[in-house]
Formats: sequence, structure tokens, C-alpha cells
Amino acid sequence: MGRRGRFDQRGEIAIISTRQAHFAPRLSRFLALCCLALGCLALAACDAPQSALAGAGRESAEVASFFWVMLAAAALVWLAVMGVAVLGVFRPPARVTERAARWLIVGGGVVFPTIVLAGLLYWGLGLLAERNTAEADLRITVQGERWWWRVTYERPRVPADDDPQRGRASSAIARVVSANEIRLPAGEPVEFVLHAQNVIHSFWIPSVAGKMDMIPGRETRLVATATRPGVYGGVCAEFCGTAHALMRFAVVVEPKEAFETWLRAQAAPARKPLASAGARGADLFVSSGCGACHRVRGLIEAGEVGPDLTHLASRRTLAAGIAPMTGEALVRWIRSPQSMKPGALMPAYAMLPPDEIDAIAGFLLGLE
Amino acid sequence: MAAMSGDPQDDPELRRAQEKRLSEVWAQPQGWRYWTAVNNSEVGLWYTATSFGFMFFAGVLGLIIRAQLAVPDAGLVSAETYNQVFTLHGTAMMFLFAVPIFEAVAILLLPAILGARDLPFPRLSAFGYWCFLIGGLFVTGSIFFDAAPSGGWFMYPPLTTKYGGIGADIWLLGLSFIEVASIAAAVELIVGVLKCRPPGMHLNLTPLYGWYVLIVGGMILFAFPPLIAGDFLFEMERAFDWPFFDPTRGGDPLLWQHLFWIFGHPEVYIIFLPSIALLAMMVPTFAKRPVAGYSFIVLSAIGTGFLGFGLWVHHMYTTGLPAVSLGFFSAASEAVAIPTGIQIFVFIATLMLGRVERSVPMLWSMGALAIFVAGGLTGVMLAIAPFDFQAHDSYFVVAHLHYTLFGGMMFPLIAGIYYYYPIATGKMLSRRLGIWSFWLLFVGFNVTFLPMHLSGLLGMPRRVFTYPADIGLDGLNMLSSAGAAIAALGFLVFAWDVLRPKGEADAAERNPWNAGTVEWQLEMPPAPWGARSVPKIESRYPLWDDADHLRNYDEGRFYLPDAEEMQRETIVTSVLDAEPIQCLRVPGPAIVTIVAAFLLGAVFILATFELYAATIAAGIGALAAILYWTWTGTALHPEKPAKDIGLGVTVPLYLSGPRSTGWWAMFITMLGDLTAFVGLPFGYFFFWTIHENFPPADAAGPGWVWPLVAGLLLLGAWTATWSARLLNGRGRVAAMRLSLAIGMASASAGIAALAAGPWWHGMDPTAHVYPAIVWALVLWTSLHVAVGVIMQAYCLAGSVTGKLTPRYDMDMWNVSLYWHFMAFTVLVTVLVIGGFPLVA
Repeated sequence: MGRRGRFDQRGEIAIISTRQAHFAPRLSRFLALCCLALGCLALAACDAPQSALAGAGRESAEVASFFWVMLAAAALVWLAVMGVAVLGVFRPPARVTERAARWLIVGGGVVFPTIVLAGLLYWGLGLLAERNTAEADLRITVQGERWWWRVTYERPRVPADDDPQRGRASSAIARVVSANEIRLPAGEPVEFVLHAQNVIHSFWIPSVAGKMDMIPGRETRLVATATRPGVYGGVCAEFCGTAHALMRFAVVVEPKEAFETWLRAQAAPARKPLASAGARGADLFVSSGCGACHRVRGLIEAGEVGPDLTHLASRRTLAAGIAPMTGEALVRWIRSPQSMKPGALMPAYAMLPPDEIDAIAGFLLGLE
Repeated sequence: MAAMSGDPQDDPELRRAQEKRLSEVWAQPQGWRYWTAVNNSEVGLWYTATSFGFMFFAGVLGLIIRAQLAVPDAGLVSAETYNQVFTLHGTAMMFLFAVPIFEAVAILLLPAILGARDLPFPRLSAFGYWCFLIGGLFVTGSIFFDAAPSGGWFMYPPLTTKYGGIGADIWLLGLSFIEVASIAAAVELIVGVLKCRPPGMHLNLTPLYGWYVLIVGGMILFAFPPLIAGDFLFEMERAFDWPFFDPTRGGDPLLWQHLFWIFGHPEVYIIFLPSIALLAMMVPTFAKRPVAGYSFIVLSAIGTGFLGFGLWVHHMYTTGLPAVSLGFFSAASEAVAIPTGIQIFVFIATLMLGRVERSVPMLWSMGALAIFVAGGLTGVMLAIAPFDFQAHDSYFVVAHLHYTLFGGMMFPLIAGIYYYYPIATGKMLSRRLGIWSFWLLFVGFNVTFLPMHLSGLLGMPRRVFTYPADIGLDGLNMLSSAGAAIAALGFLVFAWDVLRPKGEADAAERNPWNAGTVEWQLEMPPAPWGARSVPKIESRYPLWDDADHLRNYDEGRFYLPDAEEMQRETIVTSVLDAEPIQCLRVPGPAIVTIVAAFLLGAVFILATFELYAATIAAGIGALAAILYWTWTGTALHPEKPAKDIGLGVTVPLYLSGPRSTGWWAMFITMLGDLTAFVGLPFGYFFFWTIHENFPPADAAGPGWVWPLVAGLLLLGAWTATWSARLLNGRGRVAAMRLSLAIGMASASAGIAALAAGPWWHGMDPTAHVYPAIVWALVLWTSLHVAVGVIMQAYCLAGSVTGKLTPRYDMDMWNVSLYWHFMAFTVLVTVLVIGGFPLVA
């Protein structure tokens, strides 16, 4: 090697064949290792709460099975193509005729993909058609904000008076405003109506449904049916600025009765704080100006800018899915939101004395 | 041929004298003046090296991304910095590496592959290179001032129009400038393939690389302009608050997405096809036989090129489009797998038919195939809209796109560099290091990106600076980051192999791979002249098929064996049959191209900082430099009408009109310009489709009177320019000058009339998108007409000073061609702004 004569043709083949005879086995060993590693990881990640393969919703489950079939087919095609190519490089020479080669081009490049792709389209677009015909009684309007979610529950199709069984409940929950967590009744189709205030976001609950963009000036829709109760993760999937990575939400799928109970509780105004610490916190909440942005129904009804806090403590997470709903996290958030979520638009309240922040946090944690 | 008695080339003394003259004429300038070189071998090399420089920069940004994501909740870089890093990673990889590397390699190799001495417009290549360098440094340098764009490489408004600092302007203006360079290179390369093939190289004998360059050049011409139109609208919104993308004033953010992806999807094929072209040159060499299915591959490459324009909506599946659109674009996206598959199977069939020699380029090619096929298969999955609803904007897509780009671009490119390195430098790269870097990169790449398919499906969205610890993404991300480190090592080994000092032991022999195509006729190390004599081509693999080829070439028995007049010359042939029709004198080293590029760069950079007075001054300087360049360097009168180029062929030294390279360059440039213009009426009618009443019933319009007057005046200017060309051709010089003067007056009045409509009706472009889009059309058309007036003045000055005569009338032909396109632009503008409100 390295001498001028190294590209002499026969010498070349002799040198390479010893050096590169390992090419094919090495490749396949490597790939086998990769598959093994990935398999382990996939098993380890089985209960991933944000997995599109979890199948906790009808749409998600359909796509997951579709994916597994496509994956198997793709693996076969890949092996076949690479097999033929590696054969072309390593096989003893001159056994293929021009005619056979032409058939390979036409068969592999035209006939085979046409048939496979037609089948794939038939199946895949069939999934699309079903989605467009789905109807839903529960409408959840979600508006993407920087960087949180404004959530409104409505049942537009059920006029309060026409439904004797649910009449009271329905009229009570004509419109429930919440934020940063979405509860879904298991087994019932839900229509998400999606908006955005300032920039484009994308609404994605991998385990339940696909995603749909939220575009300023437009309204988009997504129909999904959650099927398996549990707690799942949702995220913003379209880059939306500094804190895009920290724009998440929890999705709680519950049996229908539990959901209705929860919804009725959410529709009610905040309970008056009973303990004296809570009362002080409520006063401080108002006097510190929190109400300018945040609404707490039953206490202060002005603010529209930030998330509705009426039942804040009933949510699992704080600040759009980035921290657990604990006193410690709340105090930190009030003192310095930007330290938890860079770019957060809420002003820092570090100038308040610690005991006042504690009191406000205590009050908020009482808003169940 | 060699046996022909009395051939003057039999005389070795003569041959030595010829070689001396050729060497002298084509010698590169020395010292600092080296940078004034314009020859394709120098410019192509700088271009390639610079693209790779940007690639390494963007690669380091990629490593920062992987380092940050190695563990959950990491704080290596802040959110804001991370957003700049990933934006610049994508931007630089796409605009400063993937597309320019095509231009770079093509500029470097195309003349050799066509057996030509140089490309038809060397100074244009050099100008494009300097634009690319300045724009690229401007965009990448911004990150060191914490001012880099941070809105993603796709720059979706309103995020990028409403928020953020100067980064978005740096992105827009810097890249617009680079797009100018891309289009310049595309024009150069298309004309190169169409007009500078060697005599006898019919279109169906063209090396596959030439076909791919033609197709990709054509794609650039139709894909980049919509982005330029988008940039124009975008910057008008950023700088002057014209609300094209602002929904509160009638705009729509989706218009940008359409314009961006009408560019962005063909761009994928603009990146991928040139690398496939390299495979198409290498595979037959190592299979030691002609490619199996030349027509298959040409037709399917053309098919890929066409289909590439019909897929853009698959980047927008989740924007809430109707199911019919989703179905249509799903089907179209699947269909593109067919021509792509054909190209791959042609290579496989060639390997099967041949007796394959295993080499470093073959190893990289096989790696490319393995990765690209995997990327293609995930692409087939993503093309189905319901699956994309899950995978879109997740790490699954990150994995997919890197598989297609590494398999479809990076690996074939490195294979090509191992293969073609001798043509650029006369040296060979190391076999040992080539194998090492291959395995490091192949393993590293797969360890990085294979797990990303899974992390995407486990719910990891793209463009996140962090992720939580408890959702099953930790192990996969750590694995990806470890793989990135291995891949980086592979790149370093490759870079070392390319850059390490090379001695006598590395010297390449002539035709080191025993290839059959004409570029391997080059002497090793390559001589400065590009081609000792320009060959006569009779087959696709002349070095295999013609045993005398090298001897005839070396002994100057083909065309143009000499440089008697001490001028750089190459041959222009006819488009289809490659009959020699002209001996083209190409210019040598020049400083004016660098000056022009720096001044034009200053225009874009100063505009970014809103220093408008300085911008205008730089603009005037750039215009002056370009006029000086064309005046002193183009359409020169030769000392004699025709020249004997050898083999008993005599061709003219000066051509004008549709047979000349200049006319073709103008034609191709204007096709691109027209495509950009079409973006504006597209916007107008896009707003019409999304609004129930557009133009708004209560809004003031430009009326129909002023647009009509403007239309008549401007079409008059067009007629006058056309007449001037015809009059000049008949020798009626005085009438021609009068006609030009009338044309200038009429065009200037036309600009005023065009602006008068919206002006007198008080249309405020910041109030609503309707006046804004009308003003955008008026502004675009007026600026173009103004350039047309400068061209008319240029011809008038040429006629008065004797540069432009009835015999030497190239400028007049090209200017009148420009005005043909202007006539169409004016007609569309007038009909849209003046006529459409009458029928809407």
C-alpha cells in the first residue's frame, strides 16, 4: 500500500479482497447489534407517557398499527435491495444477462414500487377518510399562547333543555375555561378547535391523536377519541420561540363519569379560602396585581392575559407542564418565572417579601 | 487520424511551442493576484473548500446540539443560544453547504467532464463565489455577536416577522445575496452543458453528470425564485410593515409556507441529484462497463426533477388543509419514489453486469446506498398524511432527513471526492484513511440517527433545547450524542486525509481508476490549460472505446491545439448535435468581479442595519462596477471574423442572438426572474382565495386608467427596443438610436404612470394586505423596467462609441430579449392590478 504501483488492477483486487472480505459480515453484524440495542430501548421505553406507539386513542392506535406494518415491509425492502447490491459487488462475475438486468430495473424500479405504494396509499388515505366523518359532542377549544395553552370546554350540540338526563349538568358546563391540562372522557370522540394568538404552534398528544398546527388568523380542527384511561404527555410541536421546548401539557384520560364530575367541579367558581393563611394569600394576590392577568372566578374576574387559575391546584403540573404542582415550585415560579422557563412573559415577583410569596402560593394551592 | 500524412501536429517542435503558449495563456496569476483568478479550476476549488468550511462550522453547531441533548434538562447553552444554534445549523447546512457544494463541484469538474477548457462565463463564476463567501461569512458570523437568526431555517412568520431582533434580517438579506450567487452558477452551468460540449457530443452522448447538472440547474432556476419573491415580501413586512403575513390586516402566515416549500422541496432534489450524478460517473468505472440503462437514468432523473415541484405540501400536512389536497400530495409524494428507485436499480444492475473493482469510492457508494434506501423508505412512510400527523415535526423527521441527506448527498459526495481528488490536485487520497473514515462515519451516523426514529415516535418534538427526564427519551438521546462524537471523528479523519501534506508517493497516475469518460484524459498532475486539445467525441466512454484517444489528445490532434493569439479560448457548439459554431474567447483574471461582489454584498449588509443612505451609495457603486465589467469585458470585437480550430473546421469568433452563449444566459436568467415575479401574482390570488371579498369592496384600488396608460407606455418601450434591434441589424443606425431614446422616455414615463395609480388613490401599503400586494407588484415591475432603461442607455452609449455596431450587436440582442420578458411582466402586472378588480 501507499506505493505508486498500488493501482495496478490485478494487485488491487488481490489487496482488497483480503481487506474487504469482511465488508458484508461486518455490516450485518453491526446492523444486528443496532437492532438489538434499539429493541432493548424500545422495551425499556414501553411506558413512555408521550409515545405515539402507546395506542391510548383510536387515531393513535390506528396509526401505530399502520406504522408497524410499514416498518416490517420497509425492513424487508431494505434487506432485499441491499442484498442485491452486495451480491452485485461480491458475486462471481458474469452470470447476469443484459436482459435480466433490464428486468431488474423495470421490476425493482417500476413494477414493485407501483404495486406496493398503491396498496399503501389505499390503506393510509382510508384512515384519512374515516377521520373526516367523525362527529363529536364535546368541543375543546385550545389556543396556543407564548408559552402555554388556553383551554375551553363546550358541549355545543347538547342544548340544556333538550336533554333531561344531562340537562342540569350541561347547562352548568356551557363553557369551562381552564389552562395547561386537558382532561378527556375515555371512549368519547372530542373535537379540538385550535387557534393561536401570536405565533404558530402545533398541538400534539402523541399517545391519543396526531398533531395539528395552530395558526394565527386561522381555525384548525382535530377529532380524537381517547380510549385508555391514564396520564399522558402533550407538547407543542411547531417551533414557537424561546421557550418552545417548555410548552407542554398533561393529558388525563378518565372514565366518562369521572370526567363529568371533574368538569362540573371546574365549572364552579373558586371556593372561598377558609384558613386565614389562605385569606391573606387571596388579598395579596389581588393587591399585588396578579388579577390583572389571571382570572380566579369568584375572586377576581378581570385578567385575560395569563392562564385562568380558578382551579389551579387541581392540575398536575405548573407552568405548562414543566414542574409538579407543589408549593416549592409555585414559590420559585412566582419569584422568577424566567429561571424555570426562559423567555416566560410573566414578570418576576422577586421584590415581594418571601412570606408574601409563600402566602400567595398557599392560596393558589388551595384552589382545587 | 494520427496516420494522416502531412498533419502539422506530427512536428514535436510545434507541439512544444503550442504547449508553451497554452501554459502561458492559462497560467494563474501569482502572489496576491492569485485571488483575481477566474479559471474554473481555481474558483471551483475555492468554492468547494469554502462550502466544506461552512459544513464543518455547521457540523460543530450540530455537535453543540447533541451535547446539549445528551442528558435531560441540560444547561450547556441557554434556550436563546440553542435556538440560534439549531437555526444556523440548518441554514448553513442547506444554504451554505448542500446547495453551493453542487455549484462548487460542478464548476470544478464540468469543463473536464465536457473536455472543455473552461466554462463560458468564468468571471460570473468568480463573482458568484465572492458573493457566496461574503454572504456566508455574514450569516454565520452573526452567532459570535449573539445576533444570529433564531426562528428556524424555515423562518415561519409571524414568529420571525413580529419577534426577535436583527437575526431574521440577517437571514433574509444574507441568504437573498447567496441565492443570487446560486442562480448565477445555475445560469453558468446550464449554458455550459448546452453550449460548451465538445464537438460530436450529441445530447445522447452527454455524460450523465452533464444531464444531472442540466436538470439541477433548471430546478434551481424555478425553485429559488419563489423564495426570492417570498424574501422580498418578508423583508417589506420586516422593514416597512407591509402586512403580507399578518392576519390582523388581511395577510396570512401560510403564504410564506407555500412560497418557502415551493422552493424547499425541490431543493431536496437539488441537493440529492448532483450526488447521484457522481455515483453515475463512478459506478460504471468500478463495474468496468457502461451504465446499464442510460436512457432509463436520464428520463427518471428528469422525472424526479418534475415531480420534485409537486410535493411541497407534504411539509404542510398539519396546517389543516382539506383532505383532497392531502390525498393528492400523498399520492404525488409516493410517486417520486418510482423515478428515484429506477436510478438506484440502474446502478445495481450495472454492478451486477460488471465485474466490480472494490475501492474506497465504491465503499462510500455502498454506504450511501444503505443509508439512502433507509431514508427513502421512511420518506414513503411520511408521505402518507395520517402517519405524518404523528411523525411531523418530531425526531422521526430529523432522522429521516438526515438519512436522505447523508445517504443521498454526503456519502456520494465523499465517494466523489475520493474519486475526483486527482483531477483537482494531481494527488491520490489515502486508501487506509478512506476506509477508517468510512467506518467511523458510517457507524457514527447510524448510532446517531437510527435511535432518533424511535425518540420521535416516543414523542420528542423537533427544535427543543431540552426534554424532561421521565418520559423514556434519556437513553436514546445519550446514544445519539455518543454516535455524533464517533461521526465527528470520522469527519476529522476525512478532513485530515484531504488536507494532509502529500508527497511524491501520493502522486496520481494518469487515469488512475481506468475510467472511460473524457475527464480522465487530463494529464496528471493536470496542466493549467484544462484540455491539451478539445476532443472530438463519438461515444459515451471514449477512453474505453477509442484506443488512440489519449495519443490524439496529447499530440493536439483534436480541436484548438494552440493559442496563437495568446487568448483563452474554448469551443461553443450547437445545443442538440454539438456542431462547433464558435471559438469563444473567455476572459482571464479580473479584479472588477471581486469589487462588484463586495459592493453588492455591502448593499445587502447595510440594508440589514437599515443604513439606507449608505445602501443606496453601495448600490450605485455596485451598478457602476457591473457596468464597467460588462463594458470592458464582454461583447469584445475580435481581430478577425473567424478562426481555424483544427481538423479542417473554421468557426466565427463572434456570435450574437440565439446561437450565442450570452443570449442563452440572458434567456435562462430571465426565466428565473419571471418565476420570481410569478410569486407576486400568486400571492395576490392566494389572498383572493382565502378572503371572501378580495379586493375588499370598500378599499381604494389603483383604478384602471393609470394602469392602462402605464401598460401602453411600457409596451411602447418594448416595441421601441425590439425595433431598435431590427433597425440596427439593417444598418439603420440613426433610426436605431432614435428608437432607443424613445424607448427610454416611454419606459420612464411608464414607471411614473404605474406608480400613479396606487399613489393618487391613496393606497396605504401598511393598512391592509391589498394595497401592500398592489404596491409590491408595482415596485417589482418598476425596478425591473428601471434596469431595462439602464440597458437601453447602455446600448445607446455602445452605438455612439462604436462598441455596438450592426455587425457586433450582441448587446442589442440580449437587451431586446430582456424587454420581451419585461413585456410579459408588465402585461401581467397591469392586468392583475388594473383589470382584476373590474371582474372580481
